[in-house]
Amino acid sequence: MNLTFFQIAMGVYLLASAGYIVYIIKPEQKWTATASLWATISGFLLHSAYFVLRWTESGRIPVTSFFEAANFLGMGIVLVFLIMELRFKIAALGSFMLPLAVVLMAPALILSGDIQELNPVLRSGWLGIHTSFAVLGDSAFAFGFIVSIMYLIQERQLKAKHLGALFHRLPSLNIMDTLGYKALTFGWPLFTIGMLTGSIWANSAWGSYWSWDPKETWSLITWVVYLALLHLRTIGWRGRKMAVLSIVGFVFVLVSFFVISRIQIGKHSF
Amino acid sequence: MGIVVVGLSHKTAPIEVREKLNFPEATVPEALRKLISYEGIRESLILSTCNRVEIYASVQDSAIGIERIKQFISDYHGLSQAALEQSLYVYPEAQGVRHTFRVASSLDSMVLGEAQILGQLKDAFEIALKTKTTSTILNKLIKKAISVAKRVRTETKLAQGAVSISTAAVELAKKIFGELEGKVVMLLGAGEMAELAAQHLLGNGVKNIMVANRTFERAEELAKEFKGDAIRFEHFPDALVMADILICATGAQQYVVKRDIVSRALKERRHKPIFMIDISNPRNIDPEVAKVDNVYLYDIDDLQGKVDVNTEGRSKEAEKAEELIIHEVETYLQWERALDAVPTIVDLREKVEDVRKRELDKTLGSLNGITEEQKHAVEAMSQAIVNKLLHAPLVVLKQAAANPDTGDNTIAIARRLFNLDKELKRPVSEKVVEMPTHDDAEHSRESKDSCR
Repeated sequence: MNLTFFQIAMGVYLLASAGYIVYIIKPEQKWTATASLWATISGFLLHSAYFVLRWTESGRIPVTSFFEAANFLGMGIVLVFLIMELRFKIAALGSFMLPLAVVLMAPALILSGDIQELNPVLRSGWLGIHTSFAVLGDSAFAFGFIVSIMYLIQERQLKAKHLGALFHRLPSLNIMDTLGYKALTFGWPLFTIGMLTGSIWANSAWGSYWSWDPKETWSLITWVVYLALLHLRTIGWRGRKMAVLSIVGFVFVLVSFFVISRIQIGKHSF
Repeated sequence: MGIVVVGLSHKTAPIEVREKLNFPEATVPEALRKLISYEGIRESLILSTCNRVEIYASVQDSAIGIERIKQFISDYHGLSQAALEQSLYVYPEAQGVRHTFRVASSLDSMVLGEAQILGQLKDAFEIALKTKTTSTILNKLIKKAISVAKRVRTETKLAQGAVSISTAAVELAKKIFGELEGKVVMLLGAGEMAELAAQHLLGNGVKNIMVANRTFERAEELAKEFKGDAIRFEHFPDALVMADILICATGAQQYVVKRDIVSRALKERRHKPIFMIDISNPRNIDPEVAKVDNVYLYDIDDLQGKVDVNTEGRSKEAEKAEELIIHEVETYLQWERALDAVPTIVDLREKVEDVRKRELDKTLGSLNGITEEQKHAVEAMSQAIVNKLLHAPLVVLKQAAANPDTGDNTIAIARRLFNLDKELKRPVSEKVVEMPTHDDAEHSRESKDSCR
């Protein structure tokens, strides 16, 4: 029964994505953006309800299996999207961010949604704290990735002088460049806190702060990559180059999530 | 007697020549006074913009007037008439009226339908009014031209094209910079379209404007107009570092803004984007520049293409405007011809009044014991008879004069019938100038006509 909540939420997100995509390619269909926003909000409520139900059922925050992690990241991305959309009113964000959330959660539809037993050692308040910060950091990076893609598309339109519907719907280069920077300034500290809390948790569970397991190592690489991005940005890199780098950075996040976590050694594998 | 226009524009003279003949605003009153001191020139107005220098005058005789104006231009600017000859055009009488209306409606502009020229014409008129070098005829002509321009604006879609080019520039700038608040615009060279685009950007929040021009004085003039800073032309590569938007419209025959200049400026401004609009023909910004990162280069065709200005549609609108103007020239000329009847009407009124007064005095002198009241009654009666008798001939005179075929003939008959030519004939000019009330009456009648 619980899973149906998730599936309905996914269906609603899918509809909202379609609505947002119609919005950016059809100049006449402005209403689809409003409809999609409402769909996203109701989808998110369903999604949250599902999350809470699953939490009460398993007795712990549902973030441990791959299914649960993907679900959690999807929620994080939708949440960041809703905040940004309500704050900046850039409907075109939805045309990219919602499909991304759907794509990231799609594997969860195939994978087992069964509640798995958790190693009692890991039952701790740190579980929720560590994963929440990690997911928020990743969601901010996902947001940076999306505005960078939008930047590159808009920049392409401007350079090639294709000034059609897409050009009108996408926001200005300046806004996307600024938002990309914001994503870094929010994402990197959140990600850092995620790593620190993970380290503290590891110490309390296993008695060591750092053990070079694949996930830890990769996360450190990702952390350094984003630190480098922040540095380059502060010394004046901007625009297209920065957008490309931001996309590269997010590839590290994706690899961490979909590849490294699947390596069946170490504490983070699920 | 009538209108002549002598001048040159972007169509007949390159910028170097136009610049030489330019009348900076501050010098116009003095130039106007000089011009009017030439014999045979009664009224004058100077319209001097970057794209045209034109002298509008009402003269006693067209051919002589044109020669005098040419003489004035060569005297004033210290150029030989021969040097001017190939750039100057001359529009006497009806052609001059038509040209005035076309200029005001921006049919003669580089960018069809742009609105700036009307403002410039109004300014030029203002100066001439203050200098008191215009009178009945030019006042009427320019007022009429302004109302014709407004008609063209509202009744055709001509203006939409020009506006949409500037709008496109603003829209693009907004897609690059978001808000335009605090952005810096650099105007390289000048021209109606460039100034129009600059004006639109200023209207959208742009605060600072830099102007560079080959002639520094011109740059200063424009900078003053836009409340910006003038910079020396050779310094523009350095100033480019500060510019977010570059509008380029120099008259150069080769590329002025080259890739290395732009690359260097971008580096120095830490790769903040620059939006470049090349309005020049031939182009002044090397297309290679577009390949530089964070540079967005658009030429006028790009802008025009983007806003879907259907050129066929526009030329149709221009045709409509031309037709409208032909009609308006006719109504103007009718008014001007009616002026021919004015001296006759004045003579007639004076003569009749003279007769009335003499006869009245005679009669009153022979009537003894008459009361004040009775005196007034007699006087009123004489006035009424005169007015009633004069009414029909005056109406006929005015109407006939407006018609080019019958006008002269009717006036001649009237003069003979009333034996007006025995009187001392006054110079026509004074009377025309003395008749502002008549002008007003004419004007109101005519504006009613054009409302129909």
